[in-house]
Amino acid sequence: MIVRILGEGQYRLDDEAFGAVSQIDDRVQAAADADDEAGFATALTELVDAIIAHGVPLAADEFEGSDAIVPGHGTTLEEARELLSSEGLIPN
Amino acid sequence: MGLMGRFTTIVKAKASKALDRAEDPRETLDYSYEKQLEMLQKVRRGVADVATSKKRLELQAAKLEQSVEKLDGQARQALQQNREDLARAALERKKNVQLQLQGIDQQRVQLQGEQDKLVVAEQRLTAKVEAFRTRKETIKAQYTAAEAQTKIGEAVTGVSEEMADVGLAIERAENKTETMRARAGAIDELIESGALTDLTDGRDSIDRELEQLSVTSGVDTELDQLKAELGSGAPPAEQLERGEDKQ
Repeated sequence: MIVRILGEGQYRLDDEAFGAVSQIDDRVQAAADADDEAGFATALTELVDAIIAHGVPLAADEFEGSDAIVPGHGTTLEEARELLSSEGLIPN
Repeated sequence: MGLMGRFTTIVKAKASKALDRAEDPRETLDYSYEKQLEMLQKVRRGVADVATSKKRLELQAAKLEQSVEKLDGQARQALQQNREDLARAALERKKNVQLQLQGIDQQRVQLQGEQDKLVVAEQRLTAKVEAFRTRKETIKAQYTAAEAQTKIGEAVTGVSEEMADVGLAIERAENKTETMRARAGAIDELIESGALTDLTDGRDSIDRELEQLSVTSGVDTELDQLKAELGSGAPPAEQLERGEDKQ
């Protein structure tokens, strides 16, 4: 699986690592749903760090579409909502 | 859907918007490459814009630092004249200005963060665009219809996603600089109108009161000084003025 961290590049993850990342993703979403800014920040950092720790970065000359895309380090809940709502996909 | 799913959907949507396929797949390559160069210029402009905005904040901060000093001086002067009320007013204003300064500093840190991100984005995009250029020429040279179609699709899709990513970073930086500009504009107006150095009362009231105090309590001293000056052979006032005119 290939995961893109916005602003930080793409990483190749095996299925096991991707499974672990998906679980963290559920917690990020739960924090967002609960409007829990601090929880969101912590879970997102964990998510992004896990991708970097278990993934192998793609080289510049590898042209691959990503299977999953996540916001980068330090993205606040508010910024995440702004990014998502720019296309009206997501209600607050 | 998790956050990851939502971001994937939205970035993919943005990436596919950038994918305008031409009749001849080889033209798609050139078209995409042109778009990439445009995006590179855009991200470089973004870096410059953020730097300019940061500069503006720094200039404002310098102005505000000056008014902090001025208010501090006013407070001291007022206390020396036994006017604690005036001193308090000056210190209150000083606090307000210092609050604005804190706000500016936070914004400066934010902008620095955006600038750093854009610089990294620019570096990665530069590497990607260069790799794309090489790939583009290779695909064109080897062009055999079916195989090339796939390769072109891969290369263009891969790079479109990168462009969407960088595009989002630029958008975000633009939003931040816009917010900052609006705020900086408001502070500029406040500084120009004198309201920031004088937030609680009418314009320059501390100054006026201090001046009044100086007038009433200092007349004797000045008179003595004048007498002393005139006594020690200073030229009459008329001559002084003419002397100044010449300069």
